[in-house]
Amino acid sequence: MAISDAIIGWKTLPFGCHVMEPGNSAKFRTGDWRSQHPVTDREKCIKCGMCWIFCPDMAYSQTLEGYYEANMEYCKGCGICAHECPKDAITMVPEEG
Amino acid sequence: MAKRVGVEVSIAVADAVKLANADVIPAYPITPQTHIVEHLSDLVANGELDAEFVPVESEHAAMSCCCGSSAAGARTFTSSSSQGLSLMSEILYHPGPMRLPIVMVVANRALAAPISIWNDHQDIMVQRDIGWIQTFAENGQEAFDLTLHAFRVAEDRRVSLPMIVNIDGFTLSHVIEPIEILSQEEVDRFLPSFKPRVRLDVKKPVSMGPVGVPEVYTEAKMAHNEVLKASKKVVVQAWKEFADLFGREYHPVETYRVDDAEALLVTMGSISETAMTAVDAMRDKGEKVGLVRIRLWRPFPGPEFRKAVGKAQVLAVIDRCLPPGAVCGPVGEELRSLFYKVPGAPKIFSFVAGLGGRDVTVERFNEIVSKARAYAKKRPTENYEVIGVREQ
Ligand code: SF4
Ligand code: SF4
Repeated sequence: MAISDAIIGWKTLPFGCHVMEPGNSAKFRTGDWRSQHPVTDREKCIKCGMCWIFCPDMAYSQTLEGYYEANMEYCKGCGICAHECPKDAITMVPEEG
Repeated sequence: MAKRVGVEVSIAVADAVKLANADVIPAYPITPQTHIVEHLSDLVANGELDAEFVPVESEHAAMSCCCGSSAAGARTFTSSSSQGLSLMSEILYHPGPMRLPIVMVVANRALAAPISIWNDHQDIMVQRDIGWIQTFAENGQEAFDLTLHAFRVAEDRRVSLPMIVNIDGFTLSHVIEPIEILSQEEVDRFLPSFKPRVRLDVKKPVSMGPVGVPEVYTEAKMAHNEVLKASKKVVVQAWKEFADLFGREYHPVETYRVDDAEALLVTMGSISETAMTAVDAMRDKGEKVGLVRIRLWRPFPGPEFRKAVGKAQVLAVIDRCLPPGAVCGPVGEELRSLFYKVPGAPKIFSFVAGLGGRDVTVERFNEIVSKARAYAKKRPTENYEVIGVREQ
Protein backbone atom coordinates (compact mmCIF):
# COMPACT_ATOMS: atom_id res chain seq x y z
CA MET A 1 0.00 0.00 0.00
CA ALA A 2 1.17 3.49 -0.81
CA ILE A 3 2.27 5.65 2.09
CA SER A 4 -0.56 7.82 3.38
CA ASP A 5 -1.08 10.27 6.21
CA ALA A 6 -4.67 9.13 6.55
CA ILE A 7 -5.88 7.68 9.84
CA ILE A 8 -8.84 5.92 8.21
CA GLY A 9 -9.76 4.67 4.71
CA TRP A 10 -12.60 6.20 2.70
CA LYS A 11 -14.33 2.84 2.59
CA THR A 12 -14.15 2.40 6.35
CA LEU A 13 -15.03 5.99 7.27
CA PRO A 14 -18.32 6.08 9.21
CA PHE A 15 -21.48 6.96 7.26
CA GLY A 16 -21.61 10.70 6.57
CA CYS A 17 -18.33 11.15 8.47
CA HIS A 18 -20.45 11.11 11.65
CA VAL A 19 -18.88 10.53 15.05
CA MET A 20 -20.75 7.42 16.16
CA GLU A 21 -19.20 7.10 19.63
CA PRO A 22 -20.71 9.55 22.12
CA GLY A 23 -18.26 11.34 24.41
CA ASN A 24 -15.15 10.34 22.50
CA SER A 25 -13.90 13.93 22.55
CA ALA A 26 -12.42 13.00 25.97
CA LYS A 27 -9.80 11.11 23.95
CA PHE A 28 -8.58 14.29 22.30
CA ARG A 29 -6.17 16.21 24.52
CA THR A 30 -6.93 19.76 23.58
CA GLY A 31 -4.49 21.21 26.09
CA ASP A 32 -1.30 20.80 24.11
CA TRP A 33 -1.58 23.97 22.08
CA ARG A 34 -2.37 26.27 25.00
CA SER A 35 -0.43 29.56 25.21
CA GLN A 36 -1.70 30.54 28.65
CA HIS A 37 -3.41 28.85 31.60
CA PRO A 38 -5.76 29.93 34.38
CA VAL A 39 -4.56 30.26 37.97
CA THR A 40 -7.21 30.63 40.66
CA ASP A 41 -6.70 32.77 43.74
CA ARG A 42 -8.52 30.81 46.44
CA GLU A 43 -8.55 33.88 48.71
CA LYS A 44 -10.95 35.54 46.29
CA CYS A 45 -12.89 32.48 45.11
CA ILE A 46 -16.45 32.12 46.41
CA LYS A 47 -16.95 28.62 44.90
CA CYS A 48 -19.80 29.82 42.68
CA GLY A 49 -18.88 27.45 39.81
CA MET A 50 -19.16 29.98 37.00
CA CYS A 51 -15.75 28.95 35.63
CA TRP A 52 -16.93 25.32 35.61
CA ILE A 53 -20.15 26.27 33.76
CA PHE A 54 -18.54 28.50 31.16
CA CYS A 55 -15.44 26.47 30.25
CA PRO A 56 -16.13 25.33 26.63
CA ASP A 57 -13.94 22.25 27.07
CA MET A 58 -15.34 21.17 30.42
CA ALA A 59 -11.82 21.28 31.82
CA TYR A 60 -12.93 22.22 35.33
CA SER A 61 -13.92 19.80 38.04
CA GLN A 62 -14.65 20.45 41.70
CA THR A 63 -12.15 19.60 44.42
CA LEU A 64 -13.13 18.08 47.74
CA GLU A 65 -12.89 21.51 49.38
CA GLY A 66 -15.36 22.89 46.80
CA TYR A 67 -12.91 24.88 44.69
CA TYR A 68 -12.63 24.44 40.93
CA GLU A 69 -9.49 23.21 39.22
CA ALA A 70 -8.88 23.05 35.47
CA ASN A 71 -7.38 19.89 33.98
CA MET A 72 -4.37 21.05 31.95
CA GLU A 73 -4.74 18.16 29.49
CA TYR A 74 -7.94 19.78 28.25
CA CYS A 75 -7.61 23.49 29.08
CA LYS A 76 -6.87 25.28 25.80
CA GLY A 77 -6.17 28.61 27.45
CA CYS A 78 -9.07 30.58 25.97
CA GLY A 79 -9.51 32.70 29.10
CA ILE A 80 -13.29 32.49 29.19
CA CYS A 81 -13.23 31.33 32.83
CA ALA A 82 -11.13 34.34 33.83
CA HIS A 83 -13.50 36.64 31.96
CA GLU A 84 -16.61 35.16 33.57
CA CYS A 85 -15.37 34.86 37.17
CA PRO A 86 -17.49 37.37 39.17
CA LYS A 87 -14.68 37.83 41.73
CA ASP A 88 -11.77 38.25 39.29
CA ALA A 89 -10.19 35.32 41.08
CA ILE A 90 -8.70 33.83 37.91
CA THR A 91 -5.52 35.15 36.27
CA MET A 92 -4.31 33.92 32.90
CA VAL A 93 -0.60 33.14 33.09
CA PRO A 94 1.45 32.78 29.85
CA GLU A 95 3.05 29.38 29.24
CA GLU A 96 6.82 29.26 29.57
CA GLY A 97 8.99 28.96 26.48
CA MET B 1 -54.93 6.14 -14.75
CA ALA B 2 -54.65 9.56 -13.22
CA LYS B 3 -56.32 12.37 -15.10
CA ARG B 4 -54.55 15.24 -16.76
CA VAL B 5 -55.42 18.66 -15.48
CA GLY B 6 -54.41 22.13 -16.58
CA VAL B 7 -52.24 23.40 -13.74
CA GLU B 8 -49.41 25.84 -13.18
CA VAL B 9 -46.15 23.92 -13.02
CA SER B 10 -45.21 25.47 -9.62
CA ILE B 11 -48.52 24.26 -8.17
CA ALA B 12 -47.93 20.80 -9.62
CA VAL B 13 -44.48 20.70 -7.99
CA ALA B 14 -46.00 21.72 -4.65
CA ASP B 15 -48.64 19.02 -5.10
CA ALA B 16 -45.87 16.48 -5.70
CA VAL B 17 -44.31 17.54 -2.39
CA LYS B 18 -47.70 17.17 -0.70
CA LEU B 19 -48.17 13.71 -2.24
CA ALA B 20 -44.67 12.85 -1.02
CA ASN B 21 -45.95 13.83 2.41
CA ALA B 22 -42.96 15.99 3.31
CA ASP B 23 -42.49 16.53 7.04
CA VAL B 24 -40.55 19.79 7.16
CA ILE B 25 -40.46 22.65 4.63
CA PRO B 26 -38.13 25.51 5.59
CA ALA B 27 -38.37 28.07 2.81
CA TYR B 28 -37.85 31.69 1.93
CA PRO B 29 -39.75 33.13 -1.04
CA ILE B 30 -37.88 34.36 -4.09
CA THR B 31 -39.03 34.96 -7.65
CA PRO B 32 -39.66 32.74 -9.62
CA GLN B 33 -39.87 29.98 -7.00
CA THR B 34 -42.49 31.81 -4.92
CA HIS B 35 -45.62 29.98 -6.08
CA ILE B 36 -44.15 26.64 -5.04
CA VAL B 37 -43.58 27.59 -1.40
CA GLU B 38 -46.66 29.81 -1.27
CA HIS B 39 -48.83 26.88 -2.27
CA LEU B 40 -47.06 24.60 0.18
CA SER B 41 -47.65 27.04 3.01
CA ASP B 42 -51.35 27.15 2.01
CA LEU B 43 -51.52 23.37 2.06
CA VAL B 44 -49.96 23.26 5.53
CA ALA B 45 -52.11 26.14 6.85
CA ASN B 46 -55.38 24.62 5.70
CA GLY B 47 -54.50 21.19 7.05
CA GLU B 48 -54.09 19.37 3.74
CA LEU B 49 -50.45 18.63 4.44
CA ASP B 50 -49.34 17.62 7.91
CA ALA B 51 -45.92 19.26 7.86
CA GLU B 52 -43.91 21.89 9.66
CA PHE B 53 -43.63 24.93 7.40
CA VAL B 54 -40.77 27.08 8.70
CA PRO B 55 -40.90 30.65 7.35
CA VAL B 56 -37.19 31.26 7.86
CA GLU B 57 -35.48 34.67 7.77
CA SER B 58 -33.19 33.92 4.80
CA GLU B 59 -32.10 31.20 2.41
CA HIS B 60 -29.00 30.64 4.51
CA ALA B 61 -31.33 29.82 7.40
CA ALA B 62 -33.57 27.76 5.09
CA MET B 63 -30.77 25.40 4.16
CA SER B 64 -29.44 25.29 7.74
CA CYS B 65 -32.92 24.34 8.92
CA CYS B 66 -33.15 21.71 6.17
CA CYS B 67 -29.90 20.13 7.36
CA GLY B 68 -31.19 19.98 10.94
CA SER B 69 -34.57 18.53 10.07
CA SER B 70 -33.12 15.98 7.66
CA ALA B 71 -30.57 14.96 10.29
CA ALA B 72 -33.45 14.44 12.72
CA GLY B 73 -34.99 12.03 10.24
CA ALA B 74 -37.70 14.23 8.70
CA ARG B 75 -38.53 14.19 5.00
CA THR B 76 -37.35 17.67 4.06
CA PHE B 77 -38.11 19.89 1.10
CA THR B 78 -37.20 23.41 0.09
CA SER B 79 -37.08 25.48 -3.05
CA SER B 80 -35.04 28.47 -4.18
CA SER B 81 -33.71 30.53 -7.07
CA SER B 82 -30.91 32.83 -8.14
CA GLN B 83 -29.71 35.24 -5.44
CA GLY B 84 -31.46 33.13 -2.82
CA LEU B 85 -29.62 30.02 -3.94
CA SER B 86 -26.38 31.99 -3.77
CA LEU B 87 -27.17 33.05 -0.21
CA MET B 88 -27.62 29.35 0.62
CA SER B 89 -24.26 28.53 -0.87
CA GLU B 90 -22.26 28.09 2.33
CA ILE B 91 -24.69 25.51 3.64
CA LEU B 92 -25.30 23.78 0.31
CA TYR B 93 -21.93 22.02 0.59
CA HIS B 94 -22.84 20.35 3.91
CA PRO B 95 -25.66 17.87 3.26
CA GLY B 96 -23.78 15.96 0.53
CA PRO B 97 -20.87 14.62 2.54
CA MET B 98 -23.15 14.44 5.61
CA ARG B 99 -25.53 12.22 3.59
CA LEU B 100 -28.66 14.24 4.32
CA PRO B 101 -31.31 13.50 1.66
CA ILE B 102 -32.89 16.95 1.33
CA VAL B 103 -34.91 17.57 -1.82
CA MET B 104 -34.87 21.01 -3.43
CA VAL B 105 -36.52 22.36 -6.55
CA VAL B 106 -34.58 25.23 -8.09
CA ALA B 107 -36.56 27.53 -10.37
CA ASN B 108 -33.54 28.59 -12.43
CA ARG B 109 -32.93 32.30 -12.80
CA ALA B 110 -30.11 34.62 -13.81
CA LEU B 111 -27.73 36.23 -11.31
CA ALA B 112 -27.12 39.95 -10.81
CA ALA B 113 -25.62 42.27 -11.91
CA PRO B 114 -27.56 43.58 -13.74
CA ILE B 115 -30.53 42.44 -11.68
CA SER B 116 -32.62 39.95 -13.59
CA ILE B 117 -35.56 37.89 -12.43
CA TRP B 118 -35.63 35.94 -15.70
CA ASN B 119 -34.54 32.49 -16.64
CA ASP B 120 -31.14 31.03 -17.41
CA HIS B 121 -28.90 28.50 -15.66
CA GLN B 122 -26.30 30.72 -14.03
CA ASP B 123 -27.71 30.27 -10.50
CA ILE B 124 -27.27 26.51 -10.53
CA MET B 125 -23.99 26.48 -12.47
CA VAL B 126 -22.41 28.53 -9.69
CA GLN B 127 -23.47 25.66 -7.41
CA ARG B 128 -22.35 22.93 -9.77
CA ASP B 129 -19.94 21.34 -7.31
CA ILE B 130 -22.06 21.25 -4.14
CA GLY B 131 -22.21 17.47 -4.41
CA TRP B 132 -25.96 17.01 -4.82
CA ILE B 133 -27.62 14.80 -7.41
CA GLN B 134 -29.06 17.14 -10.03
CA THR B 135 -31.66 16.72 -12.74
CA PHE B 136 -33.12 19.17 -15.27
CA ALA B 137 -36.80 19.07 -16.23
CA GLU B 138 -38.00 19.81 -19.74
CA ASN B 139 -41.72 20.35 -19.16
CA GLY B 140 -44.36 20.52 -16.45
CA GLN B 141 -45.09 16.82 -16.32
CA GLU B 142 -41.41 16.15 -15.93
CA ALA B 143 -41.12 18.74 -13.15
CA PHE B 144 -43.87 16.90 -11.25
CA ASP B 145 -42.44 13.44 -11.93
CA LEU B 146 -38.83 14.38 -11.19
CA THR B 147 -39.83 15.91 -7.85
CA LEU B 148 -41.31 12.58 -6.71
CA HIS B 149 -38.34 10.75 -8.22
CA ALA B 150 -35.98 12.98 -6.23
CA PHE B 151 -37.45 11.91 -2.88
CA ARG B 152 -37.25 8.30 -3.91
CA VAL B 153 -33.61 8.48 -5.01
CA ALA B 154 -32.30 10.83 -2.33
CA GLU B 155 -33.72 8.76 0.52
CA ASP B 156 -32.71 5.37 -0.89
CA ARG B 157 -30.43 3.92 1.77
CA ARG B 158 -27.73 3.16 -0.81
CA VAL B 159 -27.74 6.83 -1.78
CA SER B 160 -28.78 9.07 1.11
CA LEU B 161 -27.73 12.24 -0.69
CA PRO B 162 -29.44 15.58 -1.30
CA MET B 163 -31.02 16.12 -4.69
CA ILE B 164 -31.98 19.12 -6.80
CA VAL B 165 -34.58 19.22 -9.55
CA ASN B 166 -33.96 22.18 -11.84
CA ILE B 167 -36.95 23.75 -13.53
CA ASP B 168 -36.58 26.81 -15.74
CA GLY B 169 -37.92 29.91 -14.03
CA PHE B 170 -41.10 31.32 -15.65
CA THR B 171 -40.82 29.26 -18.85
CA LEU B 172 -41.66 26.26 -16.67
CA SER B 173 -42.50 27.53 -13.20
CA HIS B 174 -45.24 29.95 -14.25
CA VAL B 175 -46.69 28.14 -17.23
CA ILE B 176 -50.01 26.28 -17.09
CA GLU B 177 -49.63 22.88 -18.66
CA PRO B 178 -51.70 19.72 -18.88
CA ILE B 179 -50.18 17.55 -16.15
CA GLU B 180 -51.14 14.12 -14.92
CA ILE B 181 -51.24 14.41 -11.13
CA LEU B 182 -50.78 10.98 -9.59
CA SER B 183 -53.13 9.84 -6.85
CA GLN B 184 -51.97 9.36 -3.26
CA GLU B 185 -52.32 5.62 -3.65
CA GLU B 186 -50.12 5.65 -6.78
CA VAL B 187 -47.45 7.80 -5.15
CA ASP B 188 -47.43 5.55 -2.09
CA ARG B 189 -46.64 2.60 -4.34
CA PHE B 190 -43.59 4.42 -5.74
CA LEU B 191 -42.34 6.25 -2.67
CA PRO B 192 -41.85 4.37 0.61
CA SER B 193 -41.61 6.24 3.91
CA PHE B 194 -38.26 7.76 4.82
CA LYS B 195 -36.10 5.46 6.94
CA PRO B 196 -32.82 7.26 7.57
CA ARG B 197 -29.68 5.22 8.13
CA VAL B 198 -28.59 7.45 10.99
CA ARG B 199 -30.50 10.21 12.68
CA LEU B 200 -30.17 12.53 15.61
CA ASP B 201 -31.58 10.60 18.53
CA VAL B 202 -31.00 11.33 22.22
CA LYS B 203 -31.17 7.62 22.98
CA LYS B 204 -28.36 6.87 20.53
CA PRO B 205 -26.23 10.01 20.35
CA VAL B 206 -24.00 10.74 17.36
CA SER B 207 -22.15 13.88 16.26
CA MET B 208 -22.81 15.06 12.72
CA GLY B 209 -20.63 17.44 10.78
CA PRO B 210 -17.42 17.28 12.82
CA VAL B 211 -14.08 18.78 11.82
CA GLY B 212 -12.18 16.80 9.18
CA VAL B 213 -8.52 17.04 10.07
CA PRO B 214 -5.98 16.65 7.22
CA GLU B 215 -5.71 12.94 8.10
CA VAL B 216 -9.43 12.45 7.32
CA TYR B 217 -10.62 15.21 4.95
CA THR B 218 -9.46 13.59 1.69
CA GLU B 219 -11.07 10.29 2.65
CA ALA B 220 -14.35 12.05 3.53
CA LYS B 221 -14.38 13.81 0.14
CA MET B 222 -13.56 10.56 -1.63
CA ALA B 223 -16.36 8.70 0.17
CA HIS B 224 -18.87 11.39 -0.83
CA ASN B 225 -17.73 11.47 -4.44
CA GLU B 226 -17.89 7.69 -4.77
CA VAL B 227 -21.41 7.45 -3.37
CA LEU B 228 -22.51 10.33 -5.62
CA LYS B 229 -21.12 8.57 -8.69
CA ALA B 230 -22.68 5.28 -7.63
CA SER B 231 -26.08 6.95 -7.17
CA LYS B 232 -26.58 6.89 -10.96
CA LYS B 233 -27.60 3.24 -10.71
CA VAL B 234 -30.38 4.08 -8.27
CA VAL B 235 -31.42 7.15 -10.30
CA VAL B 236 -31.89 4.92 -13.34
CA GLN B 237 -33.55 2.08 -11.40
CA ALA B 238 -36.07 4.47 -9.86
CA TRP B 239 -36.92 5.87 -13.30
CA LYS B 240 -37.39 2.34 -14.59
CA GLU B 241 -39.75 1.54 -11.77
CA PHE B 242 -41.59 4.81 -12.35
CA ALA B 243 -42.05 3.82 -16.01
CA ASP B 244 -43.32 0.36 -15.03
CA LEU B 245 -45.87 1.91 -12.67
CA PHE B 246 -47.00 4.97 -14.58
CA GLY B 247 -45.83 4.51 -18.17
CA ARG B 248 -43.60 7.58 -18.46
CA GLU B 249 -39.99 6.74 -19.28
CA TYR B 250 -37.02 8.81 -18.24
CA HIS B 251 -33.32 8.31 -18.92
CA PRO B 252 -30.18 10.21 -17.90
CA VAL B 253 -29.77 11.38 -21.50
CA GLU B 254 -32.55 11.66 -24.07
CA THR B 255 -32.20 11.68 -27.82
CA TYR B 256 -34.42 13.07 -30.56
CA ARG B 257 -33.99 12.11 -34.22
CA VAL B 258 -30.33 11.22 -33.76
CA ASP B 259 -30.30 8.27 -36.15
CA ASP B 260 -27.91 9.05 -39.03
CA ALA B 261 -27.54 12.62 -37.67
CA GLU B 262 -24.31 14.37 -38.60
CA ALA B 263 -24.77 17.31 -36.27
CA LEU B 264 -26.39 17.26 -32.84
CA LEU B 265 -27.70 20.04 -30.66
CA VAL B 266 -27.02 19.49 -26.95
CA THR B 267 -29.38 21.12 -24.46
CA MET B 268 -30.61 21.00 -20.87
CA GLY B 269 -34.03 22.06 -19.60
CA SER B 270 -37.05 23.55 -21.30
CA ILE B 271 -35.36 24.99 -24.41
CA SER B 272 -35.13 21.38 -25.56
CA GLU B 273 -38.78 21.56 -26.64
CA THR B 274 -38.04 24.45 -29.00
CA ALA B 275 -34.92 22.60 -30.11
CA MET B 276 -37.07 19.63 -31.15
CA THR B 277 -39.25 21.91 -33.26
CA ALA B 278 -36.09 23.31 -34.84
CA VAL B 279 -34.76 19.80 -35.51
CA ASP B 280 -38.05 18.84 -37.19
CA ALA B 281 -37.85 21.88 -39.47
CA MET B 282 -34.22 21.17 -40.37
CA ARG B 283 -35.00 17.51 -41.01
CA ASP B 284 -37.86 18.58 -43.32
CA LYS B 285 -35.25 20.39 -45.36
CA GLY B 286 -33.15 17.24 -45.51
CA GLU B 287 -30.53 18.28 -42.97
CA LYS B 288 -29.22 15.45 -40.85
CA VAL B 289 -29.65 17.10 -37.47
CA GLY B 290 -30.72 15.69 -34.11
CA LEU B 291 -30.91 16.61 -30.44
CA VAL B 292 -29.33 15.21 -27.32
CA ARG B 293 -30.74 16.40 -24.04
CA ILE B 294 -29.04 15.97 -20.67
CA ARG B 295 -31.54 15.22 -17.90
CA LEU B 296 -29.10 13.96 -15.25
CA TRP B 297 -26.42 16.61 -14.76
CA ARG B 298 -24.81 15.25 -11.57
CA PRO B 299 -23.46 12.63 -11.45
CA PHE B 300 -22.67 13.22 -15.11
CA PRO B 301 -23.76 10.23 -17.20
CA GLY B 302 -20.64 9.93 -19.38
CA PRO B 303 -21.19 6.49 -20.98
CA GLU B 304 -24.87 7.26 -21.65
CA PHE B 305 -23.93 10.54 -23.28
CA ARG B 306 -21.29 8.97 -25.50
CA LYS B 307 -23.79 6.31 -26.57
CA ALA B 308 -26.43 8.95 -27.34
CA VAL B 309 -24.02 10.83 -29.59
CA GLY B 310 -23.27 7.72 -31.61
CA LYS B 311 -21.39 8.48 -34.78
CA ALA B 312 -22.37 12.14 -35.06
CA GLN B 313 -19.36 14.25 -35.94
CA VAL B 314 -20.48 17.68 -34.80
CA LEU B 315 -21.88 18.71 -31.41
CA ALA B 316 -23.37 22.17 -30.92
CA VAL B 317 -23.53 22.54 -27.15
CA ILE B 318 -25.73 25.24 -25.70
CA ASP B 319 -24.92 26.72 -22.32
CA ARG B 320 -27.40 29.02 -20.62
CA CYS B 321 -24.61 30.45 -18.54
CA LEU B 322 -21.64 32.67 -19.34
CA PRO B 323 -18.77 32.00 -16.94
CA PRO B 324 -16.60 35.12 -17.26
CA GLY B 325 -13.02 34.40 -18.21
CA ALA B 326 -13.54 30.67 -18.65
CA VAL B 327 -12.59 28.59 -21.69
CA CYS B 328 -16.28 28.02 -22.45
CA GLY B 329 -19.62 27.34 -20.76
CA PRO B 330 -19.82 24.56 -18.14
CA VAL B 331 -21.72 22.05 -20.29
CA GLY B 332 -19.34 22.64 -23.19
CA GLU B 333 -16.38 22.21 -20.85
CA GLU B 334 -17.82 18.98 -19.45
CA LEU B 335 -18.29 17.47 -22.89
CA ARG B 336 -14.88 18.54 -24.14
CA SER B 337 -13.35 16.77 -21.14
CA LEU B 338 -15.54 13.74 -21.70
CA PHE B 339 -14.40 13.35 -25.30
CA TYR B 340 -10.78 14.42 -24.86
CA LYS B 341 -8.59 12.07 -26.89
CA VAL B 342 -11.45 9.62 -27.41
CA PRO B 343 -10.89 8.03 -30.84
CA GLY B 344 -13.54 9.19 -33.32
CA ALA B 345 -14.75 11.91 -30.94
CA PRO B 346 -17.06 14.52 -32.43
CA LYS B 347 -15.96 18.12 -32.87
CA ILE B 348 -17.52 20.10 -30.05
CA PHE B 349 -18.59 23.72 -30.45
CA SER B 350 -19.77 25.72 -27.51
CA PHE B 351 -22.50 28.35 -27.65
CA VAL B 352 -23.90 30.58 -24.95
CA ALA B 353 -27.54 31.52 -25.44
CA GLY B 354 -30.71 32.43 -23.60
CA LEU B 355 -29.19 34.54 -20.84
CA GLY B 356 -31.41 36.46 -18.43
CA GLY B 357 -34.67 35.46 -20.10
CA ARG B 358 -33.69 36.06 -23.72
CA ASP B 359 -35.68 33.65 -25.89
CA VAL B 360 -33.88 30.92 -27.76
CA THR B 361 -36.04 30.59 -30.85
CA VAL B 362 -36.15 28.06 -33.67
CA GLU B 363 -34.18 30.55 -35.79
CA ARG B 364 -31.47 30.67 -33.15
CA PHE B 365 -31.15 26.90 -33.18
CA ASN B 366 -30.85 27.01 -36.97
CA GLU B 367 -28.12 29.61 -36.65
CA ILE B 368 -26.29 27.52 -34.04
CA VAL B 369 -26.39 24.39 -36.17
CA SER B 370 -25.18 26.13 -39.32
CA LYS B 371 -22.37 27.84 -37.38
CA ALA B 372 -21.29 24.53 -35.84
CA ARG B 373 -21.25 22.91 -39.27
CA ALA B 374 -19.18 25.74 -40.72
CA TYR B 375 -16.75 25.58 -37.77
CA ALA B 376 -16.32 21.85 -38.37
CA LYS B 377 -14.83 22.78 -41.75
CA LYS B 378 -12.94 25.89 -40.64
CA ARG B 379 -11.84 26.09 -37.03
CA PRO B 380 -13.31 29.10 -35.21
CA THR B 381 -10.97 31.64 -33.62
CA GLU B 382 -12.83 31.60 -30.26
CA ASN B 383 -13.55 28.69 -27.90
CA TYR B 384 -17.21 29.64 -27.69
CA GLU B 385 -19.65 32.09 -29.10
CA VAL B 386 -22.43 34.13 -27.53
CA ILE B 387 -25.50 33.78 -29.73
CA GLY B 388 -27.81 36.67 -30.50
CA VAL B 389 -25.66 39.31 -28.84
CA ARG B 390 -25.95 42.78 -30.33
CA GLU B 391 -22.80 44.81 -30.83
CA GLN B 392 -24.04 48.33 -31.47
S1 SF4 C 1 -8.88 28.95 29.95
FE1 SF4 C 1 -10.64 28.28 28.71
S2 SF4 C 1 -10.27 26.11 28.45
FE2 SF4 C 1 -8.93 26.75 30.11
S3 SF4 C 1 -10.12 26.35 31.90
FE3 SF4 C 1 -10.49 28.49 31.36
S4 SF4 C 1 -12.33 28.39 30.15
FE4 SF4 C 1 -11.55 26.31 30.23
S1 SF4 D 1 -15.88 31.63 38.83
FE1 SF4 D 1 -14.31 32.56 40.15
S2 SF4 D 1 -15.32 32.70 42.08
FE2 SF4 D 1 -16.58 31.32 40.89
S3 SF4 D 1 -15.78 29.30 41.40
FE3 SF4 D 1 -14.68 29.94 39.58
S4 SF4 D 1 -12.81 30.91 40.42
FE4 SF4 D 1 -14.25 30.77 42.11
